[in-house]
Amino acid sequence: MAVKVVIPTPLRAYAGKNQSVEVSAKTVGEALAALTVQFADLKKHLYSDEGKLRSFVNVYVNDEDIRYTQKEATPVKDGDVVSIVPSIAGGMRV
Amino acid sequence: MATRLEALNKANSASPTLSKAEVQRYSRHLIMPEVGMDGQLKLKQAKVLCIGTGGLGAPLGVYLAAAGVGRIGLVDFDVVDHSNLQRQILFGTKDVGRAKIEAAADRLQDLNPEIQIDRFETRLTSDNALELFKDYDIIVDGTDNFPTRYLVNDACVLLKKPNVYGSIFRFEGQVTIFGYPDGPCYRCLYPEPPPPGLVPSCAEGGVLGVLPGIVGSIQAAETLKLILGAGESLVGRLLLFDALAMRFRELKLRKNPDCPVCGTHPTVTKLIDYAEFCGIRGEEAPAAPSTVPEITPRDLKARLDRGDDLFILDVREPHEYQICNIGGHLIPLGELSRRVNELDSSREILAHCRSGKRSSEAAEFLRTAGFRKVLNLKGGILAWSDEVDPTVPKY
Repeated sequence: MAVKVVIPTPLRAYAGKNQSVEVSAKTVGEALAALTVQFADLKKHLYSDEGKLRSFVNVYVNDEDIRYTQKEATPVKDGDVVSIVPSIAGGMRV
Repeated sequence: MATRLEALNKANSASPTLSKAEVQRYSRHLIMPEVGMDGQLKLKQAKVLCIGTGGLGAPLGVYLAAAGVGRIGLVDFDVVDHSNLQRQILFGTKDVGRAKIEAAADRLQDLNPEIQIDRFETRLTSDNALELFKDYDIIVDGTDNFPTRYLVNDACVLLKKPNVYGSIFRFEGQVTIFGYPDGPCYRCLYPEPPPPGLVPSCAEGGVLGVLPGIVGSIQAAETLKLILGAGESLVGRLLLFDALAMRFRELKLRKNPDCPVCGTHPTVTKLIDYAEFCGIRGEEAPAAPSTVPEITPRDLKARLDRGDDLFILDVREPHEYQICNIGGHLIPLGELSRRVNELDSSREILAHCRSGKRSSEAAEFLRTAGFRKVLNLKGGILAWSDEVDPTVPKY
């Protein structure tokens, strides 16, 4: 299944500066795995060392939060849009 | 829940009235049925607290004041800086060096002398948040850091007050309303903040000046709608805005029954230490001490003047190099591992960045990669500008 994964601004630097990436997957987990195979640097931003999705990164299939569906086992079909939505604080002063 | 707001929504025109000057001022509101006299009187009786008077707080404050929100509280402890003027439209060049709270209050009071502006020149903390919030109907979060975001959220949930939330990054924004009765809160969306190491650094920061203008204006619209009880609010919806693609998207937000603060069995029942919650160490305990030796800009200058053989490695991004540089060899931190062969390990290497954080990482990396003689410029090019060469612009 061809799905579009939308990359948020803060993570684009780790995803070849792409705004979105097309991957082939049957579940959300597969889609994210395909994405991190293509862009290895993204992995530590999406997953903890234990391999769990980070709690400040939410993933949606279309407008639905996967935490309230089947999490990473949530099926995806052709044309679905998977969005990665991390928390952003504001001005980002360092 | 939100009793003040409900009372406000039921307010009738019998209580206060508008003066002739106010009728004239608000005439474009009064002639539309969605606001009208009843709505304008609700606005006049409303009390809104704005956390921050910066990028988001500026358009927010301006539109709330112009709309006739009767009492506007401002919380800020910062001072106007030149780098604020690119987006913080409450301030002018003449305000640089002034307390933001003074400049903002003056501007808003000038815009609308009919309203009351409350000034709180303080940092919002766990000790003062509940006291500050309690007199207001709606809290609007225009801050720029995670600890304050969680603090504002928790205080709003505890006091049952809506929190009109907006945040921005580069050219992307998020807006919603948290803390509304039966609606989700910030912790339902993001139970935990990112660890400090994963927060974008200055290399990836920045914001398109107009972005907070758009996001803050949306926050203002949502605030006015809450007061008027009009339309469909953003409660339960996260609005995403991408200024580059010029596209709005909307995601469903759900209340998490297991949420530690607004769930059915809350474990957070009072305000906590949010710096600790966000993994930020206190001032007295700085981030993990680097094992790489540092050199001050003055000492570096002395060594260069002496003719010491030092290879200067600049690990910033190319667009930063264009702003200013001290003639170093540019390899952005992110490219260092695959471009390490450009460096000669027999020479002494001085790594620098903007403020010293990225170059400390770079120097650490080089040491583990077998480079023996590596130094980090303490305070980066900012300190170089302060201590050695003031002609180097700071950014």
